Amino acid sequence: MSLLMQNMNIQVDGVAHLNDVSLEFKPGRLYTILGRTLAGKTTLLRTIAGLQSPQKGTLTLHGQNYLNLPVWKRRVAMVYQQFINYPHLDVLANVAFPLRRAGVSPAEARQRAREILFKVGLANFENRRPSSLSGGQQQRVALARALVKRAEILLLDEPLVNLDYKLREQLRDEFQNIFTGQDDAIVIYTTTEPDEAIQLGHELIVMNEGAVIQQGNPLGVFNAPATIRCAEIIYSPPMNIFNGVIQRGEIILSGGLKLPTPLALGQLPDGPYRFGLPAADITIGGDMAAEVELSEISGAHTILHLRGAIGSFIVYETGVCHYAMGSTVAVGIDPRHFFTFTVDGKLINPAAAATGQGR
Amino acid sequence: MLKHKHFFLLPGLIILIAIIIFPLLFTIRVSFSSWDVVKPGLDWLGGKNYERMIADLRFWEALSRLSLMAAGSVLIQYVIGFSLALLVWRDVILKRYFRVLFLVPMMTTPVIMTVIWRTILHESLGPANDIVRLFGLIVEPYISSIVVTVSASLISLALGTLAAYGLSRFSYRAGFVKNSDIKFFFISQRIMPPIVLAIPFFLMLQFLGLLDTIVGLILVYIALLLPIATWIMVDFFNNIPREIDEMAQIDGCNPIGAFFRVILPNSLPGIVVGGIFCLIFGWNDFFFAFILTFTKTQLLPVAVVALNSSVTPWWSLSASALVSVAPLVIIAFIVERYLSSGNLAGAIR
Repeated sequence: MSLLMQNMNIQVDGVAHLNDVSLEFKPGRLYTILGRTLAGKTTLLRTIAGLQSPQKGTLTLHGQNYLNLPVWKRRVAMVYQQFINYPHLDVLANVAFPLRRAGVSPAEARQRAREILFKVGLANFENRRPSSLSGGQQQRVALARALVKRAEILLLDEPLVNLDYKLREQLRDEFQNIFTGQDDAIVIYTTTEPDEAIQLGHELIVMNEGAVIQQGNPLGVFNAPATIRCAEIIYSPPMNIFNGVIQRGEIILSGGLKLPTPLALGQLPDGPYRFGLPAADITIGGDMAAEVELSEISGAHTILHLRGAIGSFIVYETGVCHYAMGSTVAVGIDPRHFFTFTVDGKLINPAAAATGQGR
Repeated sequence: MLKHKHFFLLPGLIILIAIIIFPLLFTIRVSFSSWDVVKPGLDWLGGKNYERMIADLRFWEALSRLSLMAAGSVLIQYVIGFSLALLVWRDVILKRYFRVLFLVPMMTTPVIMTVIWRTILHESLGPANDIVRLFGLIVEPYISSIVVTVSASLISLALGTLAAYGLSRFSYRAGFVKNSDIKFFFISQRIMPPIVLAIPFFLMLQFLGLLDTIVGLILVYIALLLPIATWIMVDFFNNIPREIDEMAQIDGCNPIGAFFRVILPNSLPGIVVGGIFCLIFGWNDFFFAFILTFTKTQLLPVAVVALNSSVTPWWSLSASALVSVAPLVIIAFIVERYLSSGNLAGAIR
């Protein structure tokens, strides 16, 4: 009893949008698909909705072929990243629209639409046109229209990406509450934001260039990214990657920095490795000097782009701090935070100490 | 999907092909024959008609004059039109009235403009008072013109809107023919000089027994207006986000339902603009109205020109000319705000 996708391949004008994707989605669970833009997230959702048809692959719902069902016969709801509403209808009629198409009586459709509007916090906006609402409110209308149907499959395509920071946080917090009552639905939520994926989902699917590169419990994936590629995607800012070698119980990073090998890496044979270090796990104040190349402030955090003996790297510091470009700061690196990868990018050993990022 | 998308394109396409292509093919056949209107049947002549034409000095003279005139007028119109457009788009006081003023020449049949100018330049303009007689002469053509223009515009707009939605949203393919070819086919009807179509239309209406009738004229005007309506509406639909159609389908509408329930109610500005252009082009046509009617049915531009004799006083000619453009001026005032592209773009968001 699930939505099963097997060997799905989609090409548009010779470019692969989905590359042999096989996934299983179970009712009552929330799946977050994390990936950068053009990773194939939207194509995946559009395929499930029936808006795009694959060159190869199968899609079944409860064992029944789902691909030959036209869009309007699939019991799917979708929220786009653009705020898509029907401009000629008021808010109440917008939300009641899918119910009316499903043959629900006008009175009942209005009643159910009112309940959902109350839930998404738009109780007093019933008679407004969508175009007279703010972006956040327009997206709430779209969300209400998707929820009101109690569809079997609820697809959310980066629903928060076009909202401002504050609204995004607020709506994200409300999602937990909003999704209750959709207990038997398969909810699939795509995002480019690692924080969102970790906060919302029961299960995390990481996509890159049209392929699924890792899948599992969000914290599990976060603490043990299978490849460097995956680590770069699920960490924001991306994980720093250093080349180096392990030699006689020491880690020597390119540039000559020598660090003691933490216990967990003791058994690894000598040789070249790549080491991943989350930007939040580099501390300001330490024994390594680095020059500030760029300092940006994002929300209540500071992101520092530094250049030192070990190359360029990024430091993520809590709080708003000001650094002059070209000035020198001292940073500390603790090898217990290192993720160890093979030279071709496969994880050998996750970090010994828990990362401070993304919590 | 197949039957849904064909619902949109096929009605318009079939009608356009029926009205234009078959008569055109017939004309090509006739051009190789000798045909006596009185005696039925065609005698095959081969290329003799063309030989005669090429040998005829007048044909070449006419051709060179036509090319020169076309090139010259396009250039001048372009320069003047562009300057006027720049002027109108800036915030001029009474911009609205200026814009309507500039629309008037577009809506006025060139023939009528000539008459007006002759009137203005004539020295013996004098007061007279047979206004009643004048209106008696043009009242019937007036009604005919309204009937023909309005019905042809409505039919063209309906078929054109459907075809345009199909062309905007679906891909059609028949052999090597693709969407862009079909779109070009629609537009190409307005590229041909009217005279090329005049003979096919004449023969077709004669064949159908519809010469000199309102129905015949409506048929011909559909062929003239359908491309305009389609052209305008394709552009309009291309500016409506496809996600709205998709959302309607996700919400349970099939493509036809999505069009009528969601797209059409949001297309009013485009339909108004398309309708105006149909009315203007239909109302102002002199050429086909002149060629395809004789005595029973007469449209306004032909009737006004017919008044243009030495007997009719100039002032009454002027009055009839002004009365004939009045409906369009009134419509222009009512819908003027739709004609600025800003409103069109803001219709959906």
